[in-house]
Amino acid sequence: MRLVKRNNTDQRTALIRSVVIMIGAILGAFVVGSFLIMAKGVNPVQAYIVLFQGAFGSTYRICETLLRMTPLLIISVGVAIGYRTGMFNMGGEGQFIFGMIGVMIVFLWVPAGIFTLPLAMLSGMLFGGICAGFPGAMKAKYGVSESIINIMLNYIMLYWLSRLLNSVLKDPNGYMPQTALINEKYFFPLLVPNTRLHVGFLIAILVAVTAYIVLFYTTIGFQMRAIGSNIHAARYAGFPVVKLQFLSMFVAGALVGLAGFVEIGGVHHRLMEGISANYGWDAIPIALIGRQNPLAIILSSLLFAAIKVGSNAMQTQLGVPNNIASVLQGLVILFVIGSSILSRYRLEFGSKGKKKKEVKVNA
Amino acid sequence: MYSIEMRGITKKFGTFCANSNVDLLIKKGEIHALLGENGAGKTTLMTVLYGIYGADEGEIFVGGKKMTINSPRDAIANGIGMVHQHFMLVQNFTVAQNIVLGMKNRFWVKLEQVEKELDELSAKYKLKIDPRKKVSELSVGEQERVEIIKALYRKVDVLILDEPTAVLTPQEIDDLFVTLRDLKNAGISIIIITHKLDEVMAVTDTVTVLRHGINEGTISTAETNQKELAKLMVGHEVLLNIEKAESQVGDVVLSVDNVHAIADGVEKLKGISLEVRAGEVLGIAGVDGNGQRELARSIVGLLTKTSGTVTIGGKDVTRSTVKQILDEGVAYIPEDRIKDGLLCEFSIEDNLVLQSTNDYKNGPLISRKKIREHGIEMMKEFDIRAKDVTEPVKLLSGGNQQKIIFGRELTRKPRLLIATQPTRGLDIGAVEYMWTRIEEAKQQGVAVLLISTELDEILTLSDRIEVIYEGEIIGKFEGDDIHKLGLLMAGVKPEETNKTEEKVKEE
Repeated sequence: MRLVKRNNTDQRTALIRSVVIMIGAILGAFVVGSFLIMAKGVNPVQAYIVLFQGAFGSTYRICETLLRMTPLLIISVGVAIGYRTGMFNMGGEGQFIFGMIGVMIVFLWVPAGIFTLPLAMLSGMLFGGICAGFPGAMKAKYGVSESIINIMLNYIMLYWLSRLLNSVLKDPNGYMPQTALINEKYFFPLLVPNTRLHVGFLIAILVAVTAYIVLFYTTIGFQMRAIGSNIHAARYAGFPVVKLQFLSMFVAGALVGLAGFVEIGGVHHRLMEGISANYGWDAIPIALIGRQNPLAIILSSLLFAAIKVGSNAMQTQLGVPNNIASVLQGLVILFVIGSSILSRYRLEFGSKGKKKKEVKVNA
Repeated sequence: MYSIEMRGITKKFGTFCANSNVDLLIKKGEIHALLGENGAGKTTLMTVLYGIYGADEGEIFVGGKKMTINSPRDAIANGIGMVHQHFMLVQNFTVAQNIVLGMKNRFWVKLEQVEKELDELSAKYKLKIDPRKKVSELSVGEQERVEIIKALYRKVDVLILDEPTAVLTPQEIDDLFVTLRDLKNAGISIIIITHKLDEVMAVTDTVTVLRHGINEGTISTAETNQKELAKLMVGHEVLLNIEKAESQVGDVVLSVDNVHAIADGVEKLKGISLEVRAGEVLGIAGVDGNGQRELARSIVGLLTKTSGTVTIGGKDVTRSTVKQILDEGVAYIPEDRIKDGLLCEFSIEDNLVLQSTNDYKNGPLISRKKIREHGIEMMKEFDIRAKDVTEPVKLLSGGNQQKIIFGRELTRKPRLLIATQPTRGLDIGAVEYMWTRIEEAKQQGVAVLLISTELDEILTLSDRIEVIYEGEIIGKFEGDDIHKLGLLMAGVKPEETNKTEEKVKEE
């Protein structure tokens, strides 16, 4: 068995091929995952049916999946925008926390009025943007690794949140390290009655579509992609490389902040410890599997949300630990990345045409 | 008896022929120079010998036996070592650690023993080096010695040095030459790739001149002189006839005045001055690495100037941004088209509108349709051959890639065209195409600054020729005495040129 380079084919064929390969890779991941499920003594086919039903089996279930998908989609689109400009955002967790602090400041301390909601949103985006913009500026201007600063900021924000929740932000009427609830009139309206799905989902879709248009149909998006593709050529073409790299990172952080606003307004209605269910980290493989394309990320974030939500059903109904969700996610990532080589090479079986390495004669 | 015989070596890259039926014979214990212009095929020939590339045709004999060398590992096993122009050393390892790095059959390394062996080697070949020192603590000259001793430790008896003096100071160069002579006396054959005539004269026994991938002759150094070598190296045959018309020379468009600039910590431009007028081609000749790249980059604003001024069309642009300078009507053909000129993952149509996406809009959004129409039109106009305008640029040949850059830059209606190495690595048909386009631009009144190491190119296209050497214009070239140009490029100043000639006459 060996790899043979594919001949150049037209773009439509290449696109169809990469979609087929990706679906195949995801199925492959589930096949391998089934061995783990079997190890728990459960029929994997049954388990996957339960997983699917858990994610999509009823209106309520679908809404739960979409609810889970909402912050993932917004954050992943931010990751993709940064990545397209050559900036790697590993600071989603920190930006999420800092953004939500920005949101809560408005909800808790600014006198309520008609501008409270937009103000809270902008504040969250600004806080998230600053948290990402600082490493972005350091990278663009001085070449300092943005990943290192971002990862460090994750810890700083985590412990800072803990400090704040035990002091100034703490609910004066409670004992837990959490803030008071926001005013009920600022709770997001629900999209589907008797579920938890709120308008934040529409915001997320809007973000993805807007990001797609900006990246592919505006000059600024073109220049950003050019920087990510070949920073030297972008400099030669006179693009404002430093500004755009900073901007893309700022936007990535602002979107994380927006996700924080959506989570507070739509789900938790307060800020507490452990509010980020690993969103900042999950967003990276979601963006990767969506090939940094905001529209494709709608699908990849749906997939990850479905695995998460569905695996809960698998646990309650079949006793398969819901940690299997993390394993499945990991397998999907491995398979998708590993299989991407097949879009450039094809497998050839057998030894037909195999060239034997010429035997070297030693002096 | 030769230690290395290369017979009839031919190596092609696509349609470009880097070596064509080259013979190279290296005697045991001699220092052999491989002399030639940049792009003459010297390095290619040596990478074939070192097993990095396989030759398309030809045979290699080592010590009289025919060998197939498929990898550097094979080459080393056959006693052939190579020191690359850019050192392959791990900075924070010691010398000894660097030397054992990548050696086969060495799972357990007794570093102390290696260090002892290295001490012995350095005593034997008089190569002063402390194997316990970290590479980062060594000077460039010492690092070169580490590379040499690395090869010797692998028991090679043929040593290839690729432009060994390029990064050394004059004192270090003298030390290197002493080392090379010691190695030679110890029976090691040395091949030096170079384009510096004085070094050939100073240290080698035999010299082989390559030009356009062809062996122009192998001569004993004692029986030749710089003048003859320059003539062989530069040669002169007009490969192509470009219809060159007299054009109306107008006002000064570009003026560079006493510009100094630093790149990578080294002063690469040392007070360079030049002027280009509308409707003329100023050719800047020179051996690669004498500040050509920095000159172009400082004009378009990619490199900060430490002093001096640049004016374009009478406007001072010394401190302007790249965008402001390009907007003054400057078109730029960078020397490295893949790295600096193109987005290789992007389509042809996108590359054609790189700086001008704003002109292809429908309301606030970019119109794919307008970009496509423009792309299709340009493909016809500039004869870009590809299946489709949406094809990624990385799939195209070098000639077609360069046509995209030419097309993009010339449709911006420039008044100044800066072309650096516009035909490097292109086949003859593409060369002719680019030359014609440059000539056309000149006739339309564009001021052209042509920076090239290809003499044919400079001589064919230029109205005036100046020579750059170590960051300065060392002289103007007039007339058609081609070896004078060769000497200028080798850094021999005009007054010295006369002296050399007198000397030759005396002899």
